[in-house]
Amino acid sequence: MKILVCVKRVPAPGARINITDDGQAVDTAFLGFTVSPHEECAVEAAVQLVEKHGGEVTVLTLGPAEAEEQLRTAVSVGAVKAVLVPIEGRDWDPQRTASAITQTIRQLESTEGAYDLILFGNESADSCGYQVGVRAAYALGRPMVNGAKGLEADGQIAIVRRESDAGQEIYQLPMPSCVGIKEGINLPRYPTMKGRLASKKAEVSRVVQEASEGGLKMITLQRPPERVSNTQILGTGPEAAPAVVDLLVELGVFK
Amino acid sequence: MSVLVIVEHDRGTISTHSLGVLTAARNLAKQIDSQLEAVTVGAMADTLADTCGKHGATVVHQLHHDALVDYGPEAWGEAVSQLVKTLNPKVVIGSGTDRGHEVVAQVAARLDLPASMNCTEFDDSFNGSNSLKVVRARWGGSLMEAAELDAPIKLVTLANHTVEASESPVTSSTKATAVDLPAGVLHSFVRDRVERVAGVTLATAPVVVSGGRGVGSAEAFAPLEELAGLLGGVVGCSRAVTNNGWRNHTDQVGQTGTRIAPDVYIACGISGAIQHWVGAMASKNIIAINTDKEANIVTKAGYAVIGDLHKVVPAISEEIKRRRGN
Ligand SMILES: Cc1cc2nc3c(=O)[nH]c(=O)nc-3n(C[C@H](O)[C@H](O)[C@H](O)COP(=O)(O)OP(=O)(O)OC[C@H]3O[C@@H](n4cnc5c(N)ncnc54)[C@H](O)[C@@H]3O)c2cc1C
Ligand SMILES: Nc1ncnc2c1ncn2[C@@H]1O[C@H](COP(=O)(O)O)[C@@H](O)[C@H]1O
Repeated sequence: MKILVCVKRVPAPGARINITDDGQAVDTAFLGFTVSPHEECAVEAAVQLVEKHGGEVTVLTLGPAEAEEQLRTAVSVGAVKAVLVPIEGRDWDPQRTASAITQTIRQLESTEGAYDLILFGNESADSCGYQVGVRAAYALGRPMVNGAKGLEADGQIAIVRRESDAGQEIYQLPMPSCVGIKEGINLPRYPTMKGRLASKKAEVSRVVQEASEGGLKMITLQRPPERVSNTQILGTGPEAAPAVVDLLVELGVFK
Repeated sequence: MSVLVIVEHDRGTISTHSLGVLTAARNLAKQIDSQLEAVTVGAMADTLADTCGKHGATVVHQLHHDALVDYGPEAWGEAVSQLVKTLNPKVVIGSGTDRGHEVVAQVAARLDLPASMNCTEFDDSFNGSNSLKVVRARWGGSLMEAAELDAPIKLVTLANHTVEASESPVTSSTKATAVDLPAGVLHSFVRDRVERVAGVTLATAPVVVSGGRGVGSAEAFAPLEELAGLLGGVVGCSRAVTNNGWRNHTDQVGQTGTRIAPDVYIACGISGAIQHWVGAMASKNIIAINTDKEANIVTKAGYAVIGDLHKVVPAISEEIKRRRGN
């Protein structure tokens, strides 16, 4: 089974997200970066399927040269091929990103054969556009279901489970198909020593793409109003218990 | 010229978020001097026409096809796209839910239009023909983006709980249309379901006792379970906990977990990273239990106990049992 996973490099902020003075980007001066969480699980889902059915996992990202780091992270946990679509400057909008990803997939498939599955995250952690995967799947003419909390695939049919208010929904897609993965579908593994070594040596191929801008343009980032609280300290250590229970009574949850 | 709402429903039962969407769309329609129309997918949803009319929809488009008996992202997307193409509305609004985002993304892909998800504001300079300025939530709501949507038809979803639903009845008519669905889009349908077992869930519990990395192990959650049980609540956790395999992801609160709004949230050994906070901030009251009085959660919470959760949590349970006389 050949599986492609699209991952995005995103900053990993702590207590608050700071914005650069010009309001155009998250201030990443003091931040580390990570693979967007849903996609981390998509990589794990792909690796598990290949462990079961054979095949290989390729990871693809569109981002700055530094996004190689996230591709290597994916290799350290089991992906074998890595493809970077390098861009400079600010993030590309969803339509432009989807076009570039679609073109890259077409090129890869023309030389390597079709992917049985193409996995995305349900939404990227930073821009939360909820659309790049759906757009790419449509352009490629493949079925797509987002929000997968369960995925089985045998080469012919992919079975996707997803959560709804009413319970669980089960979808059956003919393969090749596309699926958007949600965190919680699995617990991503940590890299092994061998994996770490492989990731250092892995070759990252670069595919330069041109794509025209779409119609959603960022004007500026803004921080939502912050909640300032005059925290009432109920006490220190276990001696605070009666004060806590008094409060629970007052708030009406101790009956 | 209209503003079109995609009404979300599950086999004929309307999603409560759709009522807020209808209300927001009605306001936008008034702003640009046009009318509010709604679209329902599948004959099962024909009964929703009344509700749409009560919320201001002058026309309710009912899309019919034999295959439209349950939800299917591509079939819904294709059906709505066909309507949008003939109707040519100024704005199309879906709900800020999994289905809402998915259907709007499907329509956007099919019509090659931009789409802006999870909008919280629409600018009042919009007159129907110029670009639409919006504010939309990113980072699961930790950050907002002012953006401009430049396209002949504006596709958006409204972030949940942004606009409170209100009625504004109008004389409304229905218009049934048979859509033509190519075989290709009939794949991704709901084929089967597992109904949820009734009970208190993380999303609905009145009290959530949550543990973070400070809890230290899976076993050490037992006192949190006890406290939650005494208060009729459930246990939640941070991503550090799920990442360590101490608890299942279904317990995770936050951006990539569940968003909760209990009466009381008790956060034990959780630092309050922004991605956790966005999932917990709608709680009516927050009590932080942390050894670090500078921890972000302590400064943001209404109440805090400074101390070791392994001592504080059992002490609270003991005090509750003592007062109940057992
Ligand atoms: C894109 C993205 C999405 C994310 N989504 C989520 C999400 O949905 N939910 C989520 O939770 N996180 C999420 N995270 C992770 C988040 O950034 C933090 O890493 C995580 O919330 C930290 O968990 P924690 O507070 O348990 O651990 P830590 O940050 O390590 O904090 C532990 C706290 O415990 C306290 N402590 C230690 N020992 C004790 C003790 N004995 N008694 C009392 N207090 C003690 C410490 O003082 C500290 O405050 C996300 C991250 C990213 C990048
Ligand atoms: N720059 C990117 N590089 C690779 N994959 C991406 C990129 N942006 C988005 N994706 C994929 O598309 C999914 C949805 O993204 P979005 O539409 O931004 O929410 C993500 O979870 C990724 O799998």
